[in-house]
Amino acid sequence: MAVSQLTRTLVPTIRIRWSAWIVPALLAGGCIFLVVGSIQSSLFAQQTVSGLANGGIYASLAVALVLIYRATEVINFAQGALATFTTFVAWQLLQWGLSYWPTFVLTLAIAFALGVIVELVAIRPVERRGNVLTVVIASIGLLILLEGAVGWIWKPTVRFMPSPFPLHFWHVGGVAFSSQDIGTIGVSIASVVVLWAFFRFTKLGLAMRAAAVRPHAARLVGVRVSWLLSLGWGLAATLGAVAGLLVAPNPSVQLSPSMMDGILIYAFAAAVLGGLESSIGAVVAGLAIGVVLSLLGSYVSWVTPQLQLPAAFVLMLIVLLVKPSGLFGRTTVRKV
Amino acid sequence: MRTSLGIRAGVIGLAAVVIAVLPLALSDYNRTQGADVAVFFMAILGLNIVTGYTGQISIGHGAFMAIGGYTTAILTHEHGWNDVATLPISALVGFAAGVVVGLPALRFRGAYLALVTFAVALAVPQIAKNYSGFTGGTEGLQLPQHTGLWLYGAAWLSAAILFVLAWLMLRSRTGRALRAVRDSEVAAASSGVSPAVYKTAAFGVSAAFAAVAGSFYVLTISFVNPDVFGLTLSLYVLIGAVVGGLGSLWGVLVGAAFVQLLPIGLTSSHGLSSQSVPVIFGAIVILVMALVPRGAADLLRVGAALSSRKSQNNSLGLEGR
Repeated sequence: MAVSQLTRTLVPTIRIRWSAWIVPALLAGGCIFLVVGSIQSSLFAQQTVSGLANGGIYASLAVALVLIYRATEVINFAQGALATFTTFVAWQLLQWGLSYWPTFVLTLAIAFALGVIVELVAIRPVERRGNVLTVVIASIGLLILLEGAVGWIWKPTVRFMPSPFPLHFWHVGGVAFSSQDIGTIGVSIASVVVLWAFFRFTKLGLAMRAAAVRPHAARLVGVRVSWLLSLGWGLAATLGAVAGLLVAPNPSVQLSPSMMDGILIYAFAAAVLGGLESSIGAVVAGLAIGVVLSLLGSYVSWVTPQLQLPAAFVLMLIVLLVKPSGLFGRTTVRKV
Repeated sequence: MRTSLGIRAGVIGLAAVVIAVLPLALSDYNRTQGADVAVFFMAILGLNIVTGYTGQISIGHGAFMAIGGYTTAILTHEHGWNDVATLPISALVGFAAGVVVGLPALRFRGAYLALVTFAVALAVPQIAKNYSGFTGGTEGLQLPQHTGLWLYGAAWLSAAILFVLAWLMLRSRTGRALRAVRDSEVAAASSGVSPAVYKTAAFGVSAAFAAVAGSFYVLTISFVNPDVFGLTLSLYVLIGAVVGGLGSLWGVLVGAAFVQLLPIGLTSSHGLSSQSVPVIFGAIVILVMALVPRGAADLLRVGAALSSRKSQNNSLGLEGR
């Protein structure tokens, strides 16, 4: 493969303008605010950490959305349902007596296979003749199908998913951090980093980026674009499975066919806020949404649990009105 | 398309006669379901104006339905209005809400617009939940009950009125301006058509249609609470619009029947457990997208082309997106 020739077109030209500094400055300010606040108050520190844990889950699902959006410009509504399905598979494997970490690995493999199969069976035939909107509708059909399948196979009763992390609290300066929160942050960040390294350092990852950015040029230099799209769906489903496995033990979510609905919504918000085409943007925005929601919920009294979602969306809308292509999105020049 | 006006008038007339005669053969319960088809008909008609004809994707029409539904519910429940009298108010409130959403929407396009409207659809029921003194919260509000026949007649009558209004609007100067904005904003602007004005107006009109649909939705179940306008409602309206065919008024009826009657038909058919219904419905949605990606309207077009044996110039919206 003459993939190396493509690197030149893929590396963006770096131009520094004053507006490029606004977003990093804002983020740095936010981080300083969080650190200072956490030193001042232990409640603040605890809320920040649990916000980061939720944010890590939003981030990994948002990265999965970005992965598919970047390749095909399709918003994948079925991303959450895929995660739910694989989480139920994991629950079933545990019921059959497997121990946790083998189940974890096996579930990720199953999720990968499921993602590839879904792309081949449901998405590709639609994509061949339709447009982007048709594929979005197909993904909504897939959402209805998968959630229905979960309810059909496992019956819609509430179940309990064990946590991979033993219940334990670390006390740091009078603040108790639960192992669940820390573990969730660790695993979700680690999986995103692994994915980033895959795209950055492997030849396959480079080929996938090439297929996403310039499908025709990539095909000319011998990249099998259609196969890489299936692979992208597989990776996205794997990442979604990680999110599902991490979120299911949470007592406020529990294992149910619609357990990812709410999380998918925040993942959408994170993906849009980050700029839809930027994985780093999705991670930063996901963490930010998690922390902002957590702090709003505990410090701003008029933000009741019902108003958390609208409040998050109003914030998102304000940021987007200022920067319509998201925090890390590229401003594209449209051809007239 | 250039099929003669006579054929189209004939088909529409035939559909109108069938819809008018059908309740005689139905039970009262089935008439209510027929009224729900009219509800989806009006909502999809509204979505088609903004998405099919103006090219602005909205996944948030459930929000406007919620606004219309709550307008009717609050006026009848709290202020003792006649429910038919609330419909124009519902349309006005819906129009205002559509303009309020349409103005910031001018900044967004494509997937960003889709997700922002989706956010609106999710936020509105939550807001209704929070201000329970006004909306009845999760307990909801009760509305006067109507017979299936009344609902069927009233819903289809207003659906017919909205259909004629939409048809008149879309074949006029306004409709041409909307299509011009959809096909090329720059070309529209350089011909003196302001994309901002027409996009906002399209959002307003579209939301007014959805609001009336929402009013009837609430009347058919004679009850309203935030869960009535959940996530799936917006998605079903979008599915109906695409299955029917964007940028065509013909397909709206097919789309409405698809999303409302197909799940009911599957549930009542023998040998299917009720839990398998969503699985089959989802699979059918994917299959339809694979086989008829441009919706039922495209099938009608192909049929018309075959029967009249003329080459057609199909220009469909949302191509090359």
